[in-house]
Amino acid sequence: MLNPTKRLILNQKYYLKLSGLEPLVVTPQTNFVNVGERTNVTGSKVFLRMIKEERYEDALSVALEQVRGGAQVLDINMDEGMIDGKAAMVKFLRLVMAEPEISRIPIMIDSSKWEIIEEGLKNVQGKCIVNSISLKAGEEEFIHQAKLCKKYGAAVVVMAFDELGQADTYERRIEICKRSYDLLVDRLHFYPGDIIFDPNIFPVATGIEEHRDNAINFFKATKWIREHLPGALVSGGVSNVSFSFRGNNIVREAMHAVFLYHGIQHGMNMGIVNPAMLEVYDEVDKVLLEYVEDVILNRREDATERLLEYAENIKGNTKKEAVSEEWRSRTVEERLTHALVKGIVDYIEIDVEEARQQYDAPLSIIEGPLMDGMNVVGDLFGSGKMFLPQVVKSARVMKKAVAYLLPFMEDSIDGQSKKAGKILLATVKGDVHDIGKNIVGVVLSCNNYEIIDLGVMVPCEKLLEVVVQEQVDVVGVSGLITPSLDEMVFVAKEMERKGMKIPLLIGGATTSKIHTAVKIEPQYQQPVVHVMDASKSVGVVSSLLSENLKNNFIQQTKSEYAEMRERHKGKKVIKSYITLEAAQKNAIQLDWENYTPPIPKKLGVYSFDDYSIAELSEYIDWTPFFSAWELHGKFPEILTDKVVGEAASKLFADAQDILKKIIDEKWLTAKGVYGIFPANSVGDDILIEHEGKPIFLHHLRQQNKKGEGLPNNCLSDFIAPQSSGKQDYIGAFAVTAGIGIEKYLKIFEDNLDDYNRIILKALADRLAEAFAERLHQRVRKEFWGYASDEDLSNEALIREKYQGIRPAPGYPACPVHLEKSTLFEILQATEKAEIILTEGMAMVPTAAVSGWYFSHPESKYFGVGKIGRDQVEDYASRIGQSFEYTERWLASSLNYDI
Amino acid sequence: MNEILEQAIQQRILILDGAMGTMIQGYHLEEEDFRKEKFINHHKPLKGNNDLLSLTRPDVIKEIHRKYLEAGADIVETNTFSGTTIAQADYEMEDAVYNINFYSAKIAKEEADRMTALTPEKPRFVAGAVGPTNRTASISPNVNDPGYRAITFDELADAYKFQICALLDGGIDIILIETVFDTLNAKAALFAVQTVFEERGREWPVIVSGTITDNSGRTLTGQTTEAFLISIAHAPLFAVGLNCALGAKELRPYLQIMAKTSPFYVCVYPNAGLPNEFGGYDQDACSMSHEIKEFLELQLVNIVGGCCGTTPDHIQSIAKLAANYKPRLILQDIVESY
Repeated sequence: MLNPTKRLILNQKYYLKLSGLEPLVVTPQTNFVNVGERTNVTGSKVFLRMIKEERYEDALSVALEQVRGGAQVLDINMDEGMIDGKAAMVKFLRLVMAEPEISRIPIMIDSSKWEIIEEGLKNVQGKCIVNSISLKAGEEEFIHQAKLCKKYGAAVVVMAFDELGQADTYERRIEICKRSYDLLVDRLHFYPGDIIFDPNIFPVATGIEEHRDNAINFFKATKWIREHLPGALVSGGVSNVSFSFRGNNIVREAMHAVFLYHGIQHGMNMGIVNPAMLEVYDEVDKVLLEYVEDVILNRREDATERLLEYAENIKGNTKKEAVSEEWRSRTVEERLTHALVKGIVDYIEIDVEEARQQYDAPLSIIEGPLMDGMNVVGDLFGSGKMFLPQVVKSARVMKKAVAYLLPFMEDSIDGQSKKAGKILLATVKGDVHDIGKNIVGVVLSCNNYEIIDLGVMVPCEKLLEVVVQEQVDVVGVSGLITPSLDEMVFVAKEMERKGMKIPLLIGGATTSKIHTAVKIEPQYQQPVVHVMDASKSVGVVSSLLSENLKNNFIQQTKSEYAEMRERHKGKKVIKSYITLEAAQKNAIQLDWENYTPPIPKKLGVYSFDDYSIAELSEYIDWTPFFSAWELHGKFPEILTDKVVGEAASKLFADAQDILKKIIDEKWLTAKGVYGIFPANSVGDDILIEHEGKPIFLHHLRQQNKKGEGLPNNCLSDFIAPQSSGKQDYIGAFAVTAGIGIEKYLKIFEDNLDDYNRIILKALADRLAEAFAERLHQRVRKEFWGYASDEDLSNEALIREKYQGIRPAPGYPACPVHLEKSTLFEILQATEKAEIILTEGMAMVPTAAVSGWYFSHPESKYFGVGKIGRDQVEDYASRIGQSFEYTERWLASSLNYDI
Repeated sequence: MNEILEQAIQQRILILDGAMGTMIQGYHLEEEDFRKEKFINHHKPLKGNNDLLSLTRPDVIKEIHRKYLEAGADIVETNTFSGTTIAQADYEMEDAVYNINFYSAKIAKEEADRMTALTPEKPRFVAGAVGPTNRTASISPNVNDPGYRAITFDELADAYKFQICALLDGGIDIILIETVFDTLNAKAALFAVQTVFEERGREWPVIVSGTITDNSGRTLTGQTTEAFLISIAHAPLFAVGLNCALGAKELRPYLQIMAKTSPFYVCVYPNAGLPNEFGGYDQDACSMSHEIKEFLELQLVNIVGGCCGTTPDHIQSIAKLAANYKPRLILQDIVESY
């Protein structure tokens, strides 16, 4: 496919694409690809023994462990003098192919013998990586092998090795890589995205002077390769670097973490590691981190000696003595209850252990004092004396207590049988928002329900598969963006088609009782219930699963929904709509003749790689943060509110702690991009000019019949029409404050700490909103500059007291999510701000905001409301898509039923 | 490559023919039709070995090609679905493999050329059908020994090479590796194709068409549509696509993935719906083309036709419909990403 002239362009579109049963596409957004190293006889004695003794079952379980530990590619190496490497490679690969959980991921066929590699390639259906080829034996052999890799369809690891030997300096590394690249790309037309360089990771801290710069030279070479050899990737065998610390895993893992951290900074895309043993950079003990970094980066003369000395001492770190408090002197049951109600985790393990000594079985502790404590929490929550943040904290304590007891419970009957019911939760396909769903999960698990949470973007098929497999009692689906509503209808239809018998719960910010009643409930004969918020979930689920309450509750809900449907039908007749043509005639009449659109100080697209989060934290609108926790009231008054004040203050203090860490320890990175473009309206579209190309932005117009003197609005009305002869402008932006969040969410999750996990997520959302607010301010004052003398307090900003608006696609003034793809395209938001759009047009990271800037003083927010078939037709022709396709994307805005 | 074909596919959606087996059934042929004087003394029953008919009843095969061409097909497939030494081993007819392919190609080409002469503005092409064989290189047929394989990559590549050479000698325009249920088999075929190109110093257009076996959305060997595409995209392909196992309606989600991610032209030829309880196909031309219409509206395809259960009626109906729609465009950034 490759045209040789193509390599002149530094093209981000060369993606490494691999496949097992499923695809693996490495894009610029892919942070790092883990290659599992344990299925390698040269690196693992245990694995070697398995192969030698032909214990292939055990060898497969090593592979499975790597996959489950997070390996995205599996390295397989059978190079050992005592075994028939070719036969072992073939046998193991064939067995791997028969295990879908392993063969899901691509294979890296690793050998220094070409015949083993070639035999391996003949046994894998997916696209593999060959590890490795090099110029070691000269150009002829290199070209021969590369040609065959191309013919079999494999990516290659190219070692920095040539006729003179392995490259060990920066210069030799880049010289060999360049020569290899030129041969591959120019001579063979090898696809650049399929070339992965291994510029040799060598040990440091060996005591040998020449080795001191080993890591640094690797980093420098990596950077050079990524900058000068377009499309090529960089990988390496990471554990080599810590070779001199064999036997001291703490130091080795710290070295790997540090090496990877800097490697990735320099552009390393891939590494052969043990994914199950990866230490997190920020988790490394601070002193150790400094010593290790001194060694890796060769920062001081005595770095090696200091690390060696320190490494000797790393043994048994002492824990802090507990500070005694009054409640600590009570009975163990009282202490457990106290800890649960107050959400104190500090002593829970000590207390549970004490209880374990006293009770006959771990299960009786769970069912006894712990459940008693949780019942107190449940009662307090039910009666409005405790609030969601506190309940989530209690759940954290409960989870830790149960986790502590689990290992002691293996022999006793399983704890599951006593659960009140099994609930399956998921955010539907195309959607990635999960704060609310997580809260529901926590609240239900506090009430003794077993929760299976499938996470986000869950396809219907997968969801229903688990329903059957796990025999769940209730399934709950959630979503935030409007296309999710259709997906929920689809879920209901599928459940009906499959003859399922369990209730379906609907939740999430865009869902509503009326939508559930009209669109979802009629699709499924079993109970379908809209659950307003987390606090309602317990009541709904317990009613649905109680023999006594069930029938009554279902009857009531069904008749309530039926009634709503009736009213909805009636209402539709009453609310009247006008034709699109009439609505266009009733557009707002702005006086363009006497108006001069403000000229932006600079046009074009600009981005921020790392915006100060400290600055953004000043712009946070806290009120929605509290609403996410179901604490309703305006900030800051909410902190002193009679009812929720105490809970709100605690939550606020905890949020401040996390916010401080986000800033001080740089947990999150904020990236943003904005642009200002020449624009004029053409009918309901806005025609902009970008890089010399015309691009249309498509908007919808209100079609409901308006009172005397009220216009039918459309955003394009706020831009000077082409016919006015005046040049107007429009801005666009996309910002995120969620880069890097996954790592910390995972840490909280592993720590069973939902409370802080949810705080972090909610804070990231707030920071993204704050970024949008701040950037808009700067656009008004500096970049567009039409309001350079604006001087508003944060409070006034929140109340939108400024000139101009920034409506977001998917929100009421421009409800069509599809427009995000145009927005992203003109801003190159994925490349510049690392925000990805899903198929359903949701943004990832979820803590992201995007939208348009309008500058006209009369521009204001409005809701498009429902539109008629004529506008759908018009819109379809404007975007050049079929009617049905358009209708699907406008589904939630139609004034008729599909 | 074939410039006339390249021109045609840029201008319009090309129509592939329909089922061969279904049509042959209509002739109610008997054992002697499969033998004639050529194989009169063969020691095994030959009825059902449809590929042989190109040698024993070329009149039937020609007539079927003619009917499809008259129905509007731009491309007809040779009657060589089982034309490898591996597939013919069941009948112990390995010795006939070269002739099967050579003559199948020849008669298809004759019919296509005759039609092109009548309407030169609509050139017709012959695709050499290369089937999956009846062995899988990725799956063990023995449940107790998952490491066992009934066929190897090298054996497949040799057999495919032999078939492809015979088809090319017979004059085909396109190599069509179809009904791929094991991607490793297809990779062996593509390996063979590249070897033939190297040896002959010339390239022909190659189409690979995979089979999604059921609503799991995967091939028999477990790959998703995109994984399948990535696994074969190294070869110099003209088009990729999907065929068999499912009807148009069921194929749509996977076709959409193919259309979205493929750097090559996209080809689809579904069955006439799902089989009924007797294994037959009931979907008529009208309702099948109704389902195909959605592909066309979404601009998903460059080549469209029919697989099991489809007839000249189906193809005529699809051809009429497709004439009103634009072919799928290949986006430059997808091309560059492979």
